[in-house]
Amino acid sequence: MKTSNIFLRASNVFYFLQEAVHNIFLHGLMSLAAVGVTMACLLIMGSFTLVSMNLNATLSDLERENVVIAYIDETYSEEQARALEADIMALDNVESCKFVTREEAMEAFVSQYDDDSVFASVPASVLRDRFEIHLTELEEMESTVIALKAVEGVANVRAELEIAQGFMAVRNMAGVVAIILAVMLLLVSLFIISNTIRLGAYTRRDEVAIIKMCGAKDSFIRCPFVAEGVILGLVGAVIAFFIQWGVYNLVMRAITKSDTMQLLTVIPFHNFAGRILLIFLLVGLAVGAVGSSLAINKFLKV
Amino acid sequence: MVRLTDVYKVYENGARALKGINFQIDDGEFVFLVGPSGSGKSTIIKLLTAEIPPTEGRVMVNGYNLGTITPRQVPYLRRTIGVVFQDFRLIEKKTVYENLALAMRAVGASSQEIKKRVPAMLELVELDRKMNRHPSELSGGEQQRVAIARALVNNPGMIIADEPTGNLDPARSYDLMRLLERINELGTTILVVTHEKELVNRFSKRVLAIENGRIISDGMDGYYRYYENK
Repeated sequence: MKTSNIFLRASNVFYFLQEAVHNIFLHGLMSLAAVGVTMACLLIMGSFTLVSMNLNATLSDLERENVVIAYIDETYSEEQARALEADIMALDNVESCKFVTREEAMEAFVSQYDDDSVFASVPASVLRDRFEIHLTELEEMESTVIALKAVEGVANVRAELEIAQGFMAVRNMAGVVAIILAVMLLLVSLFIISNTIRLGAYTRRDEVAIIKMCGAKDSFIRCPFVAEGVILGLVGAVIAFFIQWGVYNLVMRAITKSDTMQLLTVIPFHNFAGRILLIFLLVGLAVGAVGSSLAINKFLKV
Repeated sequence: MVRLTDVYKVYENGARALKGINFQIDDGEFVFLVGPSGSGKSTIIKLLTAEIPPTEGRVMVNGYNLGTITPRQVPYLRRTIGVVFQDFRLIEKKTVYENLALAMRAVGASSQEIKKRVPAMLELVELDRKMNRHPSELSGGEQQRVAIARALVNNPGMIIADEPTGNLDPARSYDLMRLLERINELGTTILVVTHEKELVNRFSKRVLAIENGRIISDGMDGYYRYYENK
């Protein structure tokens, strides 16, 4: 009798799936709990990840829009001021810088107001020459500002540190909370799936002992239980994905309609739907497989 | 072939179940292992099926040394032995056919092999007409015949029957023994563990008598002789 390729046989695959589905329905409530917890775990993990991704996008926009202004000492002539460009560009985290003369600054200032005649008598000399500087990493803004201030000839530096720091704090917090909650819920999910499988294995312990006595390998006995865990994990993942999709779109619509949250950049869900589904499926599969493997080991000692 | 040499078994609770067992069963033999409750019969079965290891001594079963057997080798050892239990241990939710098919599937048999072999085995135990019944729809004797068919379905060299007639009336018990005798005539080694003196005495077979963890008699009329002289 050939015993090779035991798991590749279509009849065995059918048997494993049949047993798995049978057990899922036999312990319906436990199965439901396992799917529910896996789903909740993925939803929370996904939600925080999405918040984090969106804040990252908002931060990227801020990085593009946020300009640090370095004011040049008023005793410096325009030529001397222009010569500082090399020193500024030599600093870490400086992506680009643009020299703005006093006159250009005044022109830009005046253009913000409808009635520019008010500023007609104000000479450009009240303003300073300056550099508009774009940074590579917003996170390092503070250290870059310190470095800029240390450049000889730079009288003062203006940077919107608070906004950047606020966004970064929220993003970092979202990341940390996502990781902590995801780990906790993954453990709970693992525990529930493991218990569901253990219950099934306990109900069928005599059957397991009989099959082992017939000469079945542990892998043959383990397969239906692992299949059960994987099915529960995958079902949880698929449901979580669709709920995530729906909730995300609702939140996205609310944000885009809101007047107060226009600052936020919201990425459409379809931009990362594939990645989210893949991650959910992989996590569901892993939780199911590991949870069931842990549960069945005890029943294999016959 | 089975050979036990100076085998001792002491359980974790300190119970000394076997105290220096020696015997050999050659291929093709039919042997009764008899003895009262607590004599060590069940321990010998557990040793032979690698459920427990010996504390001391050497246990050889169909070429495997059970003192050194690895967990990976145990399934292969068990494929050389068919075990029949007193309580039949059939899977209730499966039909007679499915019970046998699962035993074959568990060792990697193909669907074609299963379709060919299962009806043949059921024909041997005269239950081919009841292959689609569930165990609960069969009598005790029929269920035990299904258990024998399952034990035989993977073509093992040896059948170990643990009190196979314990749940049967005398007439069914005799029929079952006749069936095992017929299987033995086809070349399968048979070891029947029992404490039913009357039944053993109706068959002229080798009898190993065990008491208090020791073999006290080994011969064609061992059980009868020992108990009559006691």
